[in-house]
Amino acid sequence: MGIELQNITKKFTGYTALDNISLNVASGELVALLGPSGCGKTTLLRIIAGLELPDSGKIILEQKDTTNLPPRKKNVGFVFQHYALFRRLTVFENVAFGLKVLPMRERPSRSAIQERVEHLLKLVQMDWAIKRYPSQLSGGQRQRVALARALAVNPKVLLLDEPFSALDAKVRQELRRWLRKLHDEIHVTSIFVTHDQEEALELADRIVVINKGRIEQQGTPQEVYDHPVNAFVYNFLGNVNVFHGRIKNGKVTLGTHHVDAPDELKHTEERASQAFVRPHEIGISRIRSAETDLAGTIQEVRIMGGQIGLNLACEGFEHPIDAEIPRELYLNLQLAKGEKVFVSLNRVRIFTGDYEI
Amino acid sequence: MLKQPIPESAPIVKKRISDPLPVQIVLIGLTLLFFIGFIFLPLGLVFAQAFSKGWEYYLESIREPYALEAVKLTLTTVAIVVPLNAFFGVTAAWAITKFNFKGKATLKTLLDLPFAVSPVIAGLIFVLLVGSRTPFGSWLGEQGIKIIFSTPGIVIATLFVTFPFVARELIPLMEAQGRDEEEAALTLGARGWQIFGKITLPNIRWGLLYGMILCSARSIGEFGAVSVVSGHIRGQTNTIPLHVEILYSEYNFAASFAVASILVFLALLTVGVKVTLEKQFQKNSFHH
Repeated sequence: MGIELQNITKKFTGYTALDNISLNVASGELVALLGPSGCGKTTLLRIIAGLELPDSGKIILEQKDTTNLPPRKKNVGFVFQHYALFRRLTVFENVAFGLKVLPMRERPSRSAIQERVEHLLKLVQMDWAIKRYPSQLSGGQRQRVALARALAVNPKVLLLDEPFSALDAKVRQELRRWLRKLHDEIHVTSIFVTHDQEEALELADRIVVINKGRIEQQGTPQEVYDHPVNAFVYNFLGNVNVFHGRIKNGKVTLGTHHVDAPDELKHTEERASQAFVRPHEIGISRIRSAETDLAGTIQEVRIMGGQIGLNLACEGFEHPIDAEIPRELYLNLQLAKGEKVFVSLNRVRIFTGDYEI
Repeated sequence: MLKQPIPESAPIVKKRISDPLPVQIVLIGLTLLFFIGFIFLPLGLVFAQAFSKGWEYYLESIREPYALEAVKLTLTTVAIVVPLNAFFGVTAAWAITKFNFKGKATLKTLLDLPFAVSPVIAGLIFVLLVGSRTPFGSWLGEQGIKIIFSTPGIVIATLFVTFPFVARELIPLMEAQGRDEEEAALTLGARGWQIFGKITLPNIRWGLLYGMILCSARSIGEFGAVSVVSGHIRGQTNTIPLHVEILYSEYNFAASFAVASILVFLALLTVGVKVTLEKQFQKNSFHH
């Protein structure tokens, strides 16, 4: 096992950042800690690195209890949100830092350091910038140097704290594909923290969804996306329409609309429930194809690139419904603001419980 | 109604936004007047007085043993005070910016105390603390250690008065830089002293030097606090400013101003170093 976290708890004055978290990460796995800001995911990462101490719990890295070791003995590579490159040192000196501060007897020779730094910079495609200073590089380039610096010490574990959040959208996407490729090459056990569900879904082998210091769900991107265990996870993994309704006799009433309740909720007594539908799982047509279709009017059209966003006022529903349809369908149906359409709610998810958005 | 032909491209009128000329003249004039009245004129007078009895007398005044002793004492004080306060300042700034602890805000406020307290009071505090009539002072006296009316007292008083300079220069700088780089170094396996030497110190070196210069300037010129603890013993506990004052009160104006001109030279030297460093600082701030 690469990383084993056992019952980690951390309290700051006034609130609990981490509440009894246990988590295993297999060797060579790339895991995303996903959650809203303030959920404790960065604190957890800092605790693994030794930059913070847990109030209780154990951190085991590669079968070795490192709970009380100082950061320098943990052999962990850490990549910071804002790069944290040494501004007075060149790219070479930055990457070589971890090797040069080793005690004399462990330190590689000058030429070995030179070789290793050059190798790493080639790996992150930054070898051309070896003599530059961080201020002469763009954000994406800095983060790649930061990654090379973290890898220089041959860490057992690589920790990345929102590594792409300070970059602009295009670079962010490019860099995360590149990181996935790099991880497939070097297979170092990695955890990265993000609040961007798209990033987590695209990049990670496994996603751990955290909220208010607790793990809500963990699984492969597919599992988490397709089978969210609760309303929070469902909501956090993408855009949603929320309907507040009631479960009664195996049916959920949404406005004037009825949906079958999921099996596990078929026989519960009458209670409040929430129904969720993702905008892209809403069907739009000109003709009524099923009894359950809703009559709606397009209130607003948003061009979102390949997708078109529609804001629909539907009969029997208090709040407008958001839908996303492919551009092609939009053009074929000759839709426009004010047009009447039929709306079908596919894949409605029902959750009970007192979760608030 | 006649149709006015519209020019194809209207000429672009560039109008610089600036104050009207009379305002500019008045502002520049006032500044110049201030400089002349409060800086150039007094400086000129210092040298006029210093040379009022001729070259020979000037040289004699500043080569006289008491004057030389005063210069020596002042420079000794600076040589002890500046490194110590650089050390204390870095320590204080480090503690305040890199750690969280109770009473941090209070400590930050207390740092300014030496600026808020009158230097004379500062001097008196040390007389009351370690003067020969106090129990601690008399005990020290029995051990043969003399603080008040001797060099250690002067050094301590100057230390107190100039304490805030380095810390105040560094705190905003270190706050702006944050702890990221230190934490990165920590995860890369560096030890405390390596982090300080390789990361923290290079990042703050210009601010530190700047604080040290301000600290030296103030140490050289400090009068009030030093005056209280020194005892004005000629050739032993007189710093340059004290020596100037003694000569002046003895109506020996020419000698007094001659010695004062040494202070002027030292001040010009610090300003010169400061300007050079500021230029360096700007050049280097590229790498911030």
